[in-house]
This record gives sequence, C-alpha cells and structure tokens, in this order.
Amino acid sequence: MVKWTELERSTVKAIWEKVDIDDIGPQIWARVLIVYPWTERYFGSFGDLFTITAILKNDKVAAHGKVVLKALDKAVNNMDNMKRTYADLSQLHFQKLEVDPDSFRLLADCITITIACKLKSALSPQSQAIWQKFLYAVVDAMSSQYR
Amino acid sequence: MTDTQRPFVQKTTEENADMSLSGKDKAVVKNFWGKVAPKAAEIGGEALGRMLTSYPQTKTYFSHWADLSPGSAQVKKHGATIMAAVGDAVSKIDDLTGGLSTLSELHAFKLRVDPANFRILAHNLILCMAMFFPGDFTPEVHLSVDKFLQNVAFALSEKYR
Repeated sequence: MVKWTELERSTVKAIWEKVDIDDIGPQIWARVLIVYPWTERYFGSFGDLFTITAILKNDKVAAHGKVVLKALDKAVNNMDNMKRTYADLSQLHFQKLEVDPDSFRLLADCITITIACKLKSALSPQSQAIWQKFLYAVVDAMSSQYR
Repeated sequence: MTDTQRPFVQKTTEENADMSLSGKDKAVVKNFWGKVAPKAAEIGGEALGRMLTSYPQTKTYFSHWADLSPGSAQVKKHGATIMAAVGDAVSKIDDLTGGLSTLSELHAFKLRVDPANFRILAHNLILCMAMFFPGDFTPEVHLSVDKFLQNVAFALSEKYR
C-alpha cells in the first residue's frame, strides 16, 4: 500500500481543486487519442475519429473525458484505499474492455501535461513529482486485477 | 490549417528512411521550435530539474554534482546544454542518425545512459514546452514533437549495441 505524507495529500488535493472536469476532461481525452492513435482501437463506437478536427469535435470523446476524470476524483478521495476503490474498474478494463494497461500510463502522462498547460509554473517541480506519484498509484490500482 | 489525416497512406521511400517523421511532422516541429528557441535554455534547465525530482532514479547519472535540486546552477547549465542539442537535432531533422552519431557514441560508450531514460527526459521536455507555450502546444504539435523526440532517442541509441 502506498504511504502518503500530509504534504502529499494536501498537494494532490490542491492541484485537483484547480481542475475543472468539464473543461479539462475533454481536452485530455482528445490529446490521448491524437498523440497515441493506437488507443482508438477501444472506441470503435465513437464515430468519426479519422482526423484531428473530428476528434476535437467529437461529443463522445468529450463525454468520455469527463467520465474518466470523475473516476479520478474517487482516487483523490480514497488515497489510502486505491486498490480496493478501483478493483471493479480494473476488472472491467481487463476482462470486458480488454484494455492494454500501458494505456493507463499514457493517459496519466497526458493528464499531467494538460494540467501543466493549465497551471503553468504554479505546478512546481515538487508538486509535479507528488502528482505523478499519485497518478502512477492510480495506474497501479487500475492494473491490479490484470492476472 | 489543413487537417491532419490519419496516416493510412503509403509512405514514400524518403519518408521511410526518416523513421516515420512525415513532411508535416518536420514542418510542425521546425515551426514550433522557432517559437521555443528564445526560451530553450530555460526550458531545458526546468525540464532537467523536474526529471531529477519526479524520477529520482535519474539522479544516479549525476552523483558527481553537488546540487541536484531544481534551479541549481549545475542543473540549469546542463539543461541548457541538452536543449541546445535538441535544437541542433531540429536542424538535422532530415538525417537524425547521421547528425547525432557523435552524441550517440558519447551516450553509448562514455555516459552509458540506459536508453529508457530518454523517454523520461522527453516527457519532462514536453511538459515544460507545454507549460511555457500552452497556446501553441496543441495536440497536433504535441504529436509531432513526441514523435520527433522518440526519433531523437532512437538516433541516440544507435551506437549502443
């Protein structure tokens, strides 16, 4: 189980408070699909993902971005309990959705980069380190049922 | 700006020789670099500091430095050196393997940096470029820059074995 200091908890919460899920969620999801196009394999039902413009305009992409960030909210509020919090989601992604868990790492990096675009130098090197530790713990929890 | 189609098209021999950087990727990278260049040294120093902070395993290559904290003189100086090399790579974008051959030898035989770290550094370079130029670092630019840095990493790994 990952141990969190008081500073780490407050840093994660402070960053998360600045994230507007409705604004950033769609941006993050579009970025993942554009920069790592092989992730489109999971979204056959999303319609037109053939061009960058189409991805940026796609309502299903935007909606899914919000869904994913809302799920991340669970992690922010359950930092001591991530594996249990995400057990069902992990199972779903493994057995039903058949998602390569490496995608979780790609998503995590895109989340950090999008937040960096938003916060700019307000995301200090130390905050970035803590935020990434948090996200990689989420990635671990999401990968935990892959066996 | 013309839309970027998904690359389900046959690449020309010339493009294949460049390890997957399309003409469009090169144009995007060069254009973005034009904007980044004045801040390159600062971005490099920032990125290196963040890499050492977020990925402490990378500190193992710098144990000869007195101060590994972000903002230290050594970190800033070396970050600037790295970014100057990235800028040089932009100018040699049509032949990265040839252009970076000496640097590859340096990394392979003298520095012996595990190539996995090139990806870690690339992530931090991208993060800093996004931070300094959030309006310009669109997903499209991100894509081409990510591919470019991957190709740089590949060229740097060429002499390893």
